[in-house]
Order: sequence, then structure tokens, then C-alpha cells
Amino acid sequence: MIYSFYPGCALDASARHYRLSCENVCKALALHLQELEDWNCCGATAYMSVRELRSFAISARNLALAEACGPGTQLVVVCNGCYTVLKKANLYFREYEEVRSRISGALAAGGLEYHGRVKVRHLLDVLANDVGCREIQQQVRRPLQGLRVAPYYGCQIGRPEPSFDHPEYPQTLDALLKALGAEVVHYPLKAECCGGMLMTTSEEVCQGLVRRLLECAVQNGAQCIATLCPLCNVNLEAYQGKLNRRFGTDFVIPVLPFTQLVGLALGIEAKKLGLGMELVPAEKALPIRV
Amino acid sequence: MASARVAQTPEDIAQVFLQDVYKMPGGEKLKECIQCGTCSGSCPTSHAMDYTPREIIAAFRAGMLDRVLRSNTVWMCASCYGCTVRCPAGIKLTDIMYELKRLGIRYRIHPKGVSVPMLSRVFVGLVDRYGRNPEGMLLAKFFAQTNPRGLFRLLPLAFRFFSHRRSQLRPSKIRGLAQLRKIGERAEQEEQS
Repeated sequence: MIYSFYPGCALDASARHYRLSCENVCKALALHLQELEDWNCCGATAYMSVRELRSFAISARNLALAEACGPGTQLVVVCNGCYTVLKKANLYFREYEEVRSRISGALAAGGLEYHGRVKVRHLLDVLANDVGCREIQQQVRRPLQGLRVAPYYGCQIGRPEPSFDHPEYPQTLDALLKALGAEVVHYPLKAECCGGMLMTTSEEVCQGLVRRLLECAVQNGAQCIATLCPLCNVNLEAYQGKLNRRFGTDFVIPVLPFTQLVGLALGIEAKKLGLGMELVPAEKALPIRV
Repeated sequence: MASARVAQTPEDIAQVFLQDVYKMPGGEKLKECIQCGTCSGSCPTSHAMDYTPREIIAAFRAGMLDRVLRSNTVWMCASCYGCTVRCPAGIKLTDIMYELKRLGIRYRIHPKGVSVPMLSRVFVGLVDRYGRNPEGMLLAKFFAQTNPRGLFRLLPLAFRFFSHRRSQLRPSKIRGLAQLRKIGERAEQEEQS
């Protein structure tokens, strides 16, 4: 089986630390991820809401390129947005004749073919279920003892189509973090929405959503929040100062892509995980110097 | 998938809406709405909407869909799919929101302050040009078009990302851009046929 890595656009910019930690964690776990050659933007929500079929078609280019990598290729994604969009395009292609013939027609115009054989996976799913939490636990060199983490999944990872975890109360990240030795705090809002791009178009409404998420984490004793999506990560970490000014709160809670925590526990050096690149410093919360 | 027909009256728009929704996979489930309000209760932003998700379907049935389009409702949807996964009738309400967004953009029926259409336009333009979405450029172009003052407010944030080595100065362009465009254009033709 081939794991083809689809980083998504954010991993070359605001989520560069996420990319670094993904690559080095996979290397440490001997998980061979090969970046999908010449991948394009999945279209995200912004594209899909204006041009649906076109959004499916550009997503399908990625699926077609991945399929050409060899039989049994799985496309590994680390962003909830990319995950939902690519999975939706894949599902609609497989299940609905009319959508399939239209997408195939569009791909043919670019000299590509797709047969619906690629499986889209989130890296969390691959780590927890293919490598396995137990195996990862055995490779832990530096247990995250005493670190209280709020596991934030974001909304899209389990929706709308069935995926590897529950759409409303997922457990996979909890299990993985526990395997690393961390203490997982009760986080009932773990699959609630951070507002996504509303931070750009309806800032006030979005700030309200983020405030609830941060408050819930802090009240339950979390020292940091682990995320699975670069957009959630930015929404939760970059506006804490603004929220504090608007609501009179005092949020100073580090927000880390989950792979940074995995890497830390595996004993990978901080620099190789992009630790120190977070906007709210995590050093105080973490067991090592960054 | 808005059809090519030009809609003028509220009845026309409702007709186009229905045609497009029925074309969507699972779209005919719309008929089975029992107005239970699970969607509105699940929606994290319904408190900020002029009409809640449940009311969208009620308005459509009452022939008042144009009122929904003239309100802020669909532009508050963050695409969390909470309504979709909980709807007891299996209505894909998020997809219906998308359809309404497309109708609003197509017939230019949306409130003045709504900036999502511009965000989408800038986004689509950049993806067509680079094959990827350069985040920084997206925000800069978006604010330049909608709220130039927002650009200045963005600067401190942009600097923070830059100083943490988390920005991309030059957008990367994919090699298969011509191919991507051909695929996109063909899809567009299909969509309108």
C-alpha cells in the first residue's frame, strides 16, 4: 500500500510547523509518506460554495494523480477542510452516476482518468489505526507525563459522511494523546466549529465561537490545545489577544498541531517539530526546553 | 449547480432553486422536512442569522425564498455540517446553503455588507492562477477589495506570522496549471449544460 501525502496549501505558509512535525513523526515511525507530485488546491469551502462541479473536478485531479501512483494508494491529508472536500468529491464520484460522468469528462479534458480507487485518510486515522496507538506507546521516549491537553478535533473531520470516528463525539485523538502519556481533559466542545473562514468575513460572530472553545478548554484545566487542522489552529491561537481585549478574558493558551505532541513524546528534537513557531509559546507547558 | 435560466421574480428563483436542489444527490429529501428545528438548534451561528436553517425551508414552502436570499442567513453558515449529520429526515442542509449562496451570487441578491462572495471570487481567481491558495495573498486581496482599512489591521498579525517563520513570501505555482485550467473550464461547461 502507498501513502500519498497531500499537505494542502496552509502547510507551506501558516502551518509550516505542522508540515515539519508531520514529516519527522512519520519518518520516526517508519511510515513512508510520499508527497503527491504537483498537487493542487482542493478548492476548500470557498470554492465549493460558488462552483460546485468545478470544485469536485479540481479535487478529482488530485485523486487521479494519486491513483496513478499505484494500486491501493491512500491519500493522506492533515487538514479537516481538505479532508472533507476530497472525501466528498470521492464519494459523490463513486456513488452518483451523473456526477461521475461529468467529473470524468472534465478530467479527460486534462488528459486524466479516475476510477474511484483512492481512499482519502486523515493522518490521525493512519497513526492511530494503521500504526496503532499501542505501537506508538511502545516507541514513546519522553512521555508527556502531567501535560493536560484539550483534544480539539474541529467539526469537519467526522462530517458529513461517515469517517473513522464519531461525527459528534470523536475519541481517536484522545486515545492517541493518552498513549503519549498526556492527560486528556474533558472537552465536550471538541467537535464544535471554530468558525473557519468566518473569521475573515464575520469576525465578531466567529470570535464568539472561538471564545467558547478556549473557555471550555481553560475551565477544564488544559495547558494546551491539540489540533488536527491548520485553519482551526490559526483561529484558536492567533486571536487570543483580540478576544481578551473584546471580552475582558485572559487567554494565553498554546495551540499545537497534534503531530508536534506526538513527535515530542517520540523524543524528536524540538527544532525538527517546529516547536517555538507557535504564536502563544508552549515552552512553559511542555516537559522540555524549546 | 444553478441552471442557465435567467430568474427574475421570486417565483422564478424558487423554481430554479428547486430544480437545482433536486439535481443534487439526495436533494429530493427536502420534501421530507418536518420542521423539527434540529438544524437550527445544532447550528453554531443560527443566533446570528436573520432566518434560522429551519426557517429557510419554511420560507421556501411559503414562497418567500427571496427574503432569505436578501438576508444574512446563508452567509453566516460556517460549513460545519452539524445540521446535516443530525437531520432526522436526511436533508443535506449544508449543501442547500451552498446552493443558496450560488443563487445569491448568480442573481446578485444578497445584502450589501456581505463579503463572502468577494472572498470566494478572490479565492477562485488565485486558485485558477496558481493552482494553489496563497493564504497571505488571499487575505490581502480580499481586504483590498472589501475593506482597505482591514488591510492595516491585518498588518500586526501578518508580522507575527512572518516573525514566526510561518508565511509564504512567494506563492508556489503548480506545473500542471494548464491542465488544471482545462479541467476547470470543462467542468464549468458541464455545470451550465
